[in-house]
Amino acid sequence: MGLEILGITVLWLFLFGYVIIASIDFGAGFFNAYSILTGRSHILTNIISRYLSPVWEVTNVFLVFFFVGIVGFFPKTAYYYGTILLVPISISVVLLSIRGSYYAFEAYVSKGHKGYAFAYGGAGLLIPASLSVVFTISEGGFVEIVNGGPQLDYWKLYTSPLSWSIVLLSIVAVLYISAVFLTWYAWKAGDQPASQLMRKYALIWAAPLIITAVGIIYEMRSHNVERFEMMGNLWMVFALSAILFIFTIWCIWQKRHYGLAVILLILQFALAFFAYGFSHYPYLLYPYLTIHEGFTNTEMALALVIAFIAGLCLLIPSLYLLFRLFVFNKGYVRGERKEHV
Amino acid sequence: MINEEAVFWSRVLTETTLSFHIIYATIGVGIPLMIMIAQWVGIKNNDEHYILLARRWARGFVITVAIGVVTGTAIGLQLSLLWPNFMQFAGQVIALPLFMETFAFFFEAIFLGIYLYTWDRFEGQRKHLLLLIPVAIGASMSAVFITIVNAFMNAPQGFEVLNGELVNIQPLIAMFNPAMPTKVAHVLASAYMTAAFVLASIAGIRLLQGSNHIYHKKALYLLMKLGFIFSVATALIGDFSGKYLAEYQPEKLAAAEWHFETEEGAELLLFGVLEGEDVKYEIRIPYALSILAHSNPKAEVLGLNEFPQNEIPPLYIHYLFDSMVMIGMFLLFISLVYIVAMSRRWSIIRKRWFRWVIGACGPLSIIAIEVGWWLTEVGRQPWILRGYMRTEQGATTSGSVDLMLLLFCILYIVLGIGSVVVLRRMFRKNPIEREIAERHADRKVK
Repeated sequence: MGLEILGITVLWLFLFGYVIIASIDFGAGFFNAYSILTGRSHILTNIISRYLSPVWEVTNVFLVFFFVGIVGFFPKTAYYYGTILLVPISISVVLLSIRGSYYAFEAYVSKGHKGYAFAYGGAGLLIPASLSVVFTISEGGFVEIVNGGPQLDYWKLYTSPLSWSIVLLSIVAVLYISAVFLTWYAWKAGDQPASQLMRKYALIWAAPLIITAVGIIYEMRSHNVERFEMMGNLWMVFALSAILFIFTIWCIWQKRHYGLAVILLILQFALAFFAYGFSHYPYLLYPYLTIHEGFTNTEMALALVIAFIAGLCLLIPSLYLLFRLFVFNKGYVRGERKEHV
Repeated sequence: MINEEAVFWSRVLTETTLSFHIIYATIGVGIPLMIMIAQWVGIKNNDEHYILLARRWARGFVITVAIGVVTGTAIGLQLSLLWPNFMQFAGQVIALPLFMETFAFFFEAIFLGIYLYTWDRFEGQRKHLLLLIPVAIGASMSAVFITIVNAFMNAPQGFEVLNGELVNIQPLIAMFNPAMPTKVAHVLASAYMTAAFVLASIAGIRLLQGSNHIYHKKALYLLMKLGFIFSVATALIGDFSGKYLAEYQPEKLAAAEWHFETEEGAELLLFGVLEGEDVKYEIRIPYALSILAHSNPKAEVLGLNEFPQNEIPPLYIHYLFDSMVMIGMFLLFISLVYIVAMSRRWSIIRKRWFRWVIGACGPLSIIAIEVGWWLTEVGRQPWILRGYMRTEQGATTSGSVDLMLLLFCILYIVLGIGSVVVLRRMFRKNPIEREIAERHADRKVK
């Protein structure tokens, strides 16, 4: 296995980590804002803030890790994506900033402040939409080389049904992932009303999820036949992902095995995400940039891999400690302690 | 293909983002150390006041760190968005410390979350203090790694260019470049110094506002001592930076000092106004520039006449240099006066005007940080990667940078005002007198 495959696999893994953790985070922020709007904040706010508070910063690092890593392993991505993504990613950065800071304002200082809660709840839902544009662009057809430099065709991007389908899927996925996770988390906290409400949301968002996902496959066929066929070669993995989805829904429906449902959900998304990534091989930006020609030199790649392994030795025990103290700590989850600074 | 407008707006946007980010980043690097010291003093002396000090600083820190994180994400992405050619080129050589920085930051973020949410969970304060060590290390290491990248832009090495291709790349040689030791040390020491003076300002202003509580006086004395130590360190390292510049970036030193002709026994110019090549109203210190550059009053210092006209940085950096040095010296002096006055029981430190001066120390130290960064960034011009890539070659060609500048300006105004409003509300809602009263009654340090 070449270093470039190793590099992109690791980065893809971290991006997947971000997709899951950030979805929980963004969805929770939205449900929190929605519950304030509908006067049900007493049911949800506590459980959501207990989960979010100690981990929100960690979520952001997954994203930073991904984009610093991809420029490190594939410096040409800085040139191609850097040039074309100025506007879309700047918008994402503004949303991420609003989301991160207003979350801190609300959580640490003005608990229940409606303006802050709406600001970060809303921003959280728009972030996946704006970030998902990158996936759409990577499919090709929106970028042209003009005067030797890549240029993005905004009109084509904004009128493409594919890009809107991907935007829709990203939003629906955020709400679904978050709802399933919080159903389990609230259940573990012994908070029946919150768990019930989140279960309802999970079931509501299940159907739109599968409809938008199928819709994208359909759009792909008319957008880029070659990419569609590349995905078609992996149809079994996508099918397996769909089966896991059905099992997740079954668990939630039966009001049993919420923990198992979360695991199935993660597996379902992992399969789909990696199958999608695999079908993208070897392109980083179709058809201009492949992982082979975009790869950095061997010395740097080796140095990055060594740094990565050393970093993991530091991170995994730390993450374990974080999860043990908060997500898997019964006393903390149930809110028996007040130990905030 | 170079788009002049895009180059200009990219520079403005990068400067805006960095100038805003650096306030929160500097505080973010320095404050964990201050919290750690206060908590440690509290444990050692069994003094609840210092523990509370640590606790309240940690609360405020949450807000500044949040802004630091989001603006740091912004600048991290803007590097690729505004300088895609530079990142493509330099990324091949200097990606390693950038990558390591994310790990340091990861480490810090995880333990900060744990530290904030485990007050009172453990038996005794000592265990809890241990959790802060990775936060402080992570924060400082982030600064180290990111400063290494900046040092590389000033003194690139660890690669060769053959027919426009980069060959023989050595990531570690690139990291340990000549600019790195002084730059990293200067950034760290000045961050600790700034954090100490910013916190001291708050205590000074509280005393001005009429609170006469011993809590503020303890805080002020501790912070003034720390501020003094770190301002001495910053000044010493600043002197080494002068020697580094004389050796590796003589044009930057010459421009900052308005040193036009190469000469031996060079004078140091302070202040002054430039009229053509004539300097007016300046203060001249004989031999001082030779001493700063080479530790030898007779040594030869290269002047601007040695360099091609189009490779000389703008001369206004002289004022940036002077402002930075003057503020640094002033802060060093004030903290020294405070410490001496405390031990000699001089009445000066209880005077209102002196408390005003202390109140000004925090904003002044932030200004020094800003002008220091402008000095080093503008002083590297016209290069983005000294000797290899000019700034305009590194920039994006996009036509929308000006619009993005507007967008980010609005964002920074919102974040800046928001953070100040929220911090004030946080401490108003829970004044120290009340918190002391609540805690003293029921618990002592274990």
